Amino acid sequence: MPDGARPTAVPPPIALLAELTHRCPLSCPYCSNPLELTRREAELSVADWAEVFRQAAALGVLQVHLSGGEPASRRDLEEIVAAARGAGLYANLITSGIGLTADRIAALVAAGVDHVQLSVQGTRAETADRVGGYRGGFARKMEVAEALAAAGLALTLNAVMHRHNLAELPEVFDLAERLGARRVEVACVQFQGWALANRAVLQPTLEQVEEAKQLVGAARRDRAGRLVIDFVPPDYYADLPKACMGGWGSTGLNVAPDGAVLPCHAAQTIPGMVFANVRETPLDEIWYRGPAFAAFRGTEWMPEPCRSCDRREVDFGGCRCQALAVLGDASAPDPVCRRTPGRARLDELLAAEGNAPGLDAARWRRIGG
Amino acid sequence: MTPALPPGVRLHWDAVRGTHVLLAPERVLMLDAVGHAILSRVDGATAVAALVADLAAAFDAPAEEVGPDVTEFLEGLARERLVDLHA
Repeated sequence: MPDGARPTAVPPPIALLAELTHRCPLSCPYCSNPLELTRREAELSVADWAEVFRQAAALGVLQVHLSGGEPASRRDLEEIVAAARGAGLYANLITSGIGLTADRIAALVAAGVDHVQLSVQGTRAETADRVGGYRGGFARKMEVAEALAAAGLALTLNAVMHRHNLAELPEVFDLAERLGARRVEVACVQFQGWALANRAVLQPTLEQVEEAKQLVGAARRDRAGRLVIDFVPPDYYADLPKACMGGWGSTGLNVAPDGAVLPCHAAQTIPGMVFANVRETPLDEIWYRGPAFAAFRGTEWMPEPCRSCDRREVDFGGCRCQALAVLGDASAPDPVCRRTPGRARLDELLAAEGNAPGLDAARWRRIGG
Repeated sequence: MTPALPPGVRLHWDAVRGTHVLLAPERVLMLDAVGHAILSRVDGATAVAALVADLAAAFDAPAEEVGPDVTEFLEGLARERLVDLHA
């Protein structure tokens, strides 16, 4: 297709999620990575990533989120950060902290890293290390947080919350401030990848959800001007769906460790969807003309009741992967939505999961699992 | 009162969209000409009063009109931790 045929209604993307590797020292059962994890041999090289970043910047991407797996599992992370900055992108590092040392942090600062998002699996070592499946991990993270602060880096604390750590939510805000974080993300687990396989174990209770909302509201008031709090409420207890990725193929794209370009990180679960690879196809071509990005973009694809709904350009029908996971149909309305027939199925699941098994029943994330 | 851009927050020229933007943790703010005129004068050393005087001269507008707008803009960003306001 010639350049003149670029669909004018499609805006350029703002953000690129770069999944540098699926390797990770932790084995959190809430991980959103796919069950079939990519092995090291298939990962893109630094030169590949540098080319991806150049193309992304030319396409209109402003921020790259360097994620994984654990990005620090790559010994060449510092070079990848330098390549992102060299391309003119804002480099955000999303890390568990495991694998970072004071020396590596200094190298990341020299490479131009803009911001670090550090994850915790709880606020108490016992909980955090159990959820992460990594003994000594929490203590190590606290050392890394101190080193990040000493290096003068902007820090966000990220806590994924679920049935087994929501009791520690009040302590998350204190921990964030103590570590010098200016932002905290409290994200209730989203059920994709390993988290979906562990949904019954991780699903919070209604009481936990109600309490969490109150705690977040109070913390926002009490800590205004000191701590910015982003809260991702748990989907299944909501009445209306979220706009996944701000609308499919409208604001962001993901590049998987092997170079596959995805409209969202769970898109590979959708049967029949074909993903172009940055090793073979220019990013511009994939974004504007790739069939995977066109599949659920805008409102044309929508079934009823989405198609005639007043929220069709607010939530864009919600999450395709959730519709697939719960209803077996990626083009159905997100079953979170109370205006759709699929909601009954979600309510059945919630009721069935009210008697949840303990964390010991979880399926721990591992490569080749 | 002296404004500063904190670590992790910086101005950037978005050549694709043809606009100045403020890049911050998980945030991108598209700036209009006024927003950019204010933030491009934020250097961690210039006090708000001096910044207002400079803007008033540059835009040929009375400082008493410019002042409240600038303060409101900076305080709004400070609430979101995108600007630090030092006493």
